[in-house]
Order: sequence, then structure tokens, then C-alpha cells
Amino acid sequence: MPKDGGIGASTKRREDLRFLTGRGKYTDDINLQNQTYAHFVRSDVAHGTINSINASAAEAMPGVARVFTAKDFEGVGGVPCGWQVTDRHGQPMQEPKHPVLAEGKVRHVGDPIAVVVADTLEQAQDAAEKLEIDITELPAVIDMKDALQDGATKVHDDLTSNLCYDWGFVEENRDAVDEAIKGAHHVTTLELKNNRLVANPMEPRVAVGDYDFSTDEHTLYTTSQNPHVIRLLMGAFVLGIPEHKLRVVAPDVGGGFGAKIYHYAEEAFCTFAAKAIGRPVKWTSSRSEAFMSDAHGRDHVTKIELAMDENGKFLALRTDTHANMGAYLSTFAPSIPTWLHGTLMAGNYTTPLIYVNVKAVFTNTVPVDAYRGAGRPEATFQLERVVDKAAREMGIDPVELRRRNFITEFPYATPVAVEYDTGDYHATMDKLLEMSDHAGFEARAAESKANGKLRGFGIAHYIEACGIAPSNLVGQLGARAGLYESATVRVNATGSISVMTGSHSHGQGHETSFAQVVSEMIGIDANQIDIVHGDTSKTPMGMGTYGSRSIAVGGSAMVRATEKIINKAKKIASHLLEASEGDIEFKNGEFTVAGTDKSVAWGDVTLAAYVPHNYPLEEMEPGLEETAFYDPANFTYPSGAYGCEVEVDPETGKVTVLGFSAADDFGNIINPMIVEGQVHGGLAQGIGQAMIENCAYDDQGQLLSGSYMDYAMPRADDLPMFKVDHSSITPCTHNPLGVKGCGEAGAIGSPPALVNAVVDALQRAGHDVTHIDMPLSPDRVWAAMNS
Amino acid sequence: MNKVSMTVNGRTVSADVEGRTLLSSLLRDDLHLTGTHVGCDTSQCGACVVHVDGKAVKACTMLAAEADGADVKTIEGMANADGSLGVIQQAFRDYHGLQCGFCTPGMVMSAAALLEENPKPSEAEVRDYLEGNICRCTGYHNIVKAILAASGQQVEAVAAE
Repeated sequence: MPKDGGIGASTKRREDLRFLTGRGKYTDDINLQNQTYAHFVRSDVAHGTINSINASAAEAMPGVARVFTAKDFEGVGGVPCGWQVTDRHGQPMQEPKHPVLAEGKVRHVGDPIAVVVADTLEQAQDAAEKLEIDITELPAVIDMKDALQDGATKVHDDLTSNLCYDWGFVEENRDAVDEAIKGAHHVTTLELKNNRLVANPMEPRVAVGDYDFSTDEHTLYTTSQNPHVIRLLMGAFVLGIPEHKLRVVAPDVGGGFGAKIYHYAEEAFCTFAAKAIGRPVKWTSSRSEAFMSDAHGRDHVTKIELAMDENGKFLALRTDTHANMGAYLSTFAPSIPTWLHGTLMAGNYTTPLIYVNVKAVFTNTVPVDAYRGAGRPEATFQLERVVDKAAREMGIDPVELRRRNFITEFPYATPVAVEYDTGDYHATMDKLLEMSDHAGFEARAAESKANGKLRGFGIAHYIEACGIAPSNLVGQLGARAGLYESATVRVNATGSISVMTGSHSHGQGHETSFAQVVSEMIGIDANQIDIVHGDTSKTPMGMGTYGSRSIAVGGSAMVRATEKIINKAKKIASHLLEASEGDIEFKNGEFTVAGTDKSVAWGDVTLAAYVPHNYPLEEMEPGLEETAFYDPANFTYPSGAYGCEVEVDPETGKVTVLGFSAADDFGNIINPMIVEGQVHGGLAQGIGQAMIENCAYDDQGQLLSGSYMDYAMPRADDLPMFKVDHSSITPCTHNPLGVKGCGEAGAIGSPPALVNAVVDALQRAGHDVTHIDMPLSPDRVWAAMNS
Repeated sequence: MNKVSMTVNGRTVSADVEGRTLLSSLLRDDLHLTGTHVGCDTSQCGACVVHVDGKAVKACTMLAAEADGADVKTIEGMANADGSLGVIQQAFRDYHGLQCGFCTPGMVMSAAALLEENPKPSEAEVRDYLEGNICRCTGYHNIVKAILAASGQQVEAVAAE
């Protein structure tokens, strides 16, 4: 039994105390003296030429400080893209400028045209009504295949077409894969869509810009998952502010799910405008604004082909995907359908030959980027759907077909460039079948049938690559940043500890779980340890939280820094104990000389470090503070088996999720309570995608799902209680904690399990239905049954 | 501008507000009670739920002027007199019913209103009552458990897990 506050304990979260009493400090809770309010005026057409903007009437309105348009941003850089993908022919992707405010053209509904800054938000909104903006609407391209037609309207006039890149992976395998598919015993083919989603963290984005004329220092308070990344991108590429004059603070952040990774125009605007008008500038997104300005997720259209021999052994896999980039390239957009998607197409299987083709396409829609899972849900969905379809076509049980092809020896180098270090896929599959009472399914199905309902069971097994990532590797793949993480461990004179981490918590509970790791290592109470994050003026340069990387990369940095602390503390202890350093043992916050009863407490050593009266000053500096930067040797590879049981009402097509089980292998676990909560949330988002969520545009580029009236967020009564398990543990081999990460798994494994379950229910009832695109709304299910 | 007066968390307050000022704005901007959150603009998400004269109300959907003379309770008024967590707050912490914390104030206020109306709700009744509160982090699993626990029921007996 782990001790409370140490590794492996379900320690209750310290951050809950402020959140439960209304004392959290979110960005919108920050109000600066003499602050102004920004109101963005956004395009209501998907594509158009801006003929003129007349702001004189608006500027004359009460309380207006200034109206900004693109001409105020001449000489200011565009919002940069952080990843350059190279296409099949060795050419760089097409990369259009993304201006802070629209220059000459608007390219999606929500594209910002002008900003009114006033004493109050109401004054800014009132004055915006007086802006005269003359736009000639142009034809819009919304469908990706239409956008690639010869003569299609171009989203960017200065690009050769709407094709961002045509990526092939692994290009050298292309012919061999074609050959293998041609000669195979059986090929299963599936065409499917991965529906466009909106991340929808419950806290809308907020930015507050401030400028201090006395020091020439800019401060941006923002709802970000990675304040250092924002400082780097905005300072270096947009506004030309050196790092030492730019502080970015991301305080309590109300959820991210990817949408708060990116650098957004509104952040640059508020920072820029605060200096321009000499007053703080605050912008708070409304939810409707969020739908048309937060980066969207998914939106892939794929054809996948799986070739097998007569025993169902996978021989080759070929995919052809169109990935929507939207109108501009968001920060990490190009990497999602490529390096976070193509590299996962082996899944859990020994398929020897794989070729992935991805065409990334510009359309007149909101930019698309990472959303929880980012590329890996798209890979898992198509793979686990085609495996299920293959099982039916081959007459092999879906569980058995998966087992026949599972990778069982590790490390395993896939044909798509990554090397899995550990895993035990049979173990997670066994666990899933047990916890979902697979053996009892037939009896339950008979019961449903007696009640006039169709019951189905669906399975998916996933792999993901987390803990992004080795910097030298991602550099070769086009990343314009390193992906290490940092930590500073500052031990105070009395022995308490402040840990400054480059990771960022926006719901993950790092203040609790990170403290558990240091508490375990040092042996002092976790309450003596504070975790500091979210402020570039306090924490070392860090890359932030996304891709389930916090504990695997940020936690490892913290471990490395703590090891340095322990090493130095042992040296101090050896001096105090007049023993050789090699004889010093450190356990439970006490240093002892091996084989003796001589000891010195943690607090005595820390005090000596800061009051060095009896201290080896000639050998060592005083003080006890260490920093580590950790650059991982590989990705981590969590995996798991997910099972979903559904009931379909044949009269209406309504699907009810009766049960959902998740058996994950996350490696070692720091706080099981937090891990389970992460899985629950991921499952809800994955079930939401499969059942009800859909970001829809009409063919003119109008956003049809622009509020919670139209975009179906999962509510409490849409979801069942979940069964989750993480007892199958194969520790990661290359990080000090043996951890893999758990943040995205739920959203990755659940959509294919759910769709597989519905197809199972329909096929058991004799319907020749092999696929239904998500979300599985009653009308789609009913139409599939009755077509 | 109109002058409004009301009791908020037992304290009498007054403020000058425009006719269009929402109760959520009055609480957040004038009274600096920033625990009441605004997560949408269509009265869907429930992050802003407060109690007005004992009833759960979405503060983004009520004008400040409408609350003139009312007794208002917000998340800041939910702790015990000694500052310790109230029963519902404690259950949310014990059962990990919150992650990012943004929907949490509204969830706690809705839960309190539910248990006032229905002291021993079933799992289905809890889920049904939370129709107007959206959480993106927890999948509701632990919120449902927390509310059942706060009602004094054996969670495992009531929640089909």
C-alpha cells in the first residue's frame, strides 16, 4: 500500500480547495488597473475581398480608445506555423501567411477584420456596430475534394493550389505495398470520415495584454497550455519582442484538450495593442466566438485497405487520407495528419508493409489542429474499423483476428519508423474481456432481442505515441522547436521545496501528482512541496502540456533535477557526518552513515546549505537548487483494449451506450485516482465524437454548429458509468519513472469500439451494414438499417 | 443606470447597473465574486449557476435588475462557517468530481439545488438533473458519484459501475 502523498497513492488534489470554493484564478478573473476591452469584428462570410473599412464613426463613439485593422499591423509578422512538412517529392509544404487581422481578404467565417478597443466591453460592442466594412463575397471552397479540383477557387491567391502537401509514408514502401495488396488472398476496403470536432474546453479563451513603459516589459495573461511556447512564437515571429522583455502567464486554465496549445492572433493583438494605446487590453471570447476562432480537430476522409493471407495474417496496409487544414496553418496543424498519424498505422499489429498517403487541403473553414489524441484517434479509428470489417469478411472472430496479429516481442520496430519499447496486448485484451463480461454477452443479447432491441458488442485495441518527443528526431521531421521539458527544484533553508516545472496543468492535477513524485524521492511530506507552473518569469524554458507528455517528459525532468539535489545533499551530509560520501544512505528524509547509528535530518542539511557555517565551501557552492532539462530518448507507447456494449432501437435508430470498459497499460502510475479521471474524460469525448458531436458547415462555408444550441456536447445523461482498469503494466523502458501517459487514451480507443458495437448490433439482426459515419445519430443509423 | 440592492452570501450589497447588465456580470465585475463562471452565451453550460431565493438560476440569463431585493447565494457562500468544505464540496473532492475546475462552481450549486428538492436521488435522477451543466473533463462519472455520496447514499449501491 503506497503512503498517502507518495507514488501510487490516490492522494486527493490540493488544487480542489480553491476550485471548490470559487477561489480559482482564471485569466478572465484578472483585471488590471485602467484596463480596456477588445471586441473583435469577424467575417460573417467564408470568403471575400475586403474593399474598404471606415472606422471614423466607430472611433467617435463614447469610450472608444482606438479601432485597429490590418494596416496597423504593417511590419508585424504573421501568426507562425511551428511544423514544416516535406511532401512526397521532397518539397516543403505550401505555407500561406496568417495575418493577425485579415489583409485584403477574409478566408473563413470568424476571420478577424477589425478590433474595437474601449473603456468597457459594452462600449466596444456598441461602437463595432458603427464600423463600415465593405466586403465582396467570393465563392468558398469547403469540401476537400472540391478544393483539389482543377480550377477550384483558391483560398490563398499566392499559392499554386489548395494542396498544402501530398505526403507519402514510407514513400520507399509504396510499390511493395501495392504489390502485396495485388497478390493478397483477401483485401478489406473501407471508406470513412473522421468527423470535425470542436475541443470546447469549458473556459473560453481570454487574453490580457499589459505594457510597462518604465521597463519596456510586456506581459500577456492567457489561457494557454504552454506559456513558453507562446512567448517564443509571439515574441520571435510576430511582434519582435525579445524574451527578456516578454512575460507570458497562464494561471488556472479551464481545460485545454489541444485547443489552447496554439498561438492565436488575439494574444498577439492584446500584447501589441496594450503598448499602442498605453493601457492594458483584455479580450474574453464568447462561446459563439470560440466556435469560429478556436482551432478545430479531426476532419479526415480516408480510404483504407488491409491485405491478408488465408489465415487472416495482415500482409499490407494502404491508406489514402484527405486532411482538412482550414484556411490557415495553425501552430502544429501540418504534423497531425502526418507524423502523429502515419507513424501509428501499424497499431498493435505485425503488418510488415504499410503505406500512408495524406493530402492536406486548404478550405474556407476555421483552421484545424490537434484535439485530444491528435492524429492518433484518426489512425486508430480507421485501423480498428477495417480490422473489424476484415474479421467479418474472413469469418474470424474480431478478438481472435486481433490476437493472431498482435505484436508480442519488444522492442518492436514498426514499418512506419517508430519502435515500441514495451507492451502486452494479450494482457489488456484478456482484462477487457473479463471486465466487460464478454462471456455473458450472448445471454444479454437474447434478453435485448426479447425486448425488441438489438444489442451489440464492439472492441478496439489502440496504441498511441505519447511523451512527445526526442528533439533531434522531431527536428528531422520538420518541427521548428525542441520538445524537451524542464524543471527547477528549489530547496529552501528549512527544507520545504518549490518545483518550477515547464509542464502546465489545466485540469490534470500536476500540483498534486508532481509533488507525490518529489515526496517519494526525498521522503518529506508532500505538503512541504509546492509545484509552480504557468509563468515564464518563474519557470525555466519548457514546452508545456499536450500529447500526454507531462509526467513522461516533465516528470522525468523533475526526477533528474531532484536526483541532482539528492547528490549534492549527500555531499553536504557527508561533511556534517564526517563520513565519506560513498557511505551516506538517504531514506525517508534522513541521511545515515551505513552500518552506524549516525544520522542527520533533511532539514539540517538544507539549513547547512543556506547557512554554510559548517560547510565545505572550498569544494562546493552553498545553496540547494538544481535545474534539469529532459529530452526523451523515444516516445512512450501506452496501449489498451476498449469494449463497448450498445443497444439499438430498431424503430428509431437510437443508440444507447449500455456499458463501456477500458483496460489500459499506462506503465507505472503516480496517482490512480487522477489517471482514472483522465480516462473517464477521454472516454466521454470519444463517445461524444461517435454519438453526437459534429462540427458542420454548409456548402457556403457558414458554420451550422456555432453554439451549444447546435453543437451537441455530451451531457451527464448521454453517458454510462465507465469501467476502467490500469493493472496491466509494462513500464516504459527509457524514462526514470517507467510512465507512459494517460491523457488521450480514452478519446483514442473509444470511437472505433462504439462504431464496431453498433455495426455488430445491426449485423446480428441481419442488416447488411458494414459502416456508418460518425456521429451515429438516430437518423443515420435508421437510414443504414433501412437502405 | 439603476441602483440594485440584494443579499449575496448573507451580505447586503448594492450597485449601479445598466438595464442590460446580467447577474453574472454584477457578481463577477462589480462584486468581484469570480467563482461564478461564464462558459457560454446561450444559457447551456451551467458554469454560472447560483441560487436566487433558494432556486438554481443561470446567472448569465438573469438581469441584475431582476435580482433586486433577492437573496443570492454563490459558490463563495457554500463552505462551512469555519471555512472548511461543505458536504457537497467535500464529496466532489473525495470522489475526484472535478478536474479543471471551471464548471465546478455551477455543478456544486446545481447539486445543492437537486439535493434540496430530492434528498436521495437515483443515479438516473442525478444525470437527468445535470442536463443543464456541461463538464468537458470528467465524463460526469465522478460528479455523479460525488453527488450520490453527498446525499448520504452508498455510492457503489446506487451507481451501476
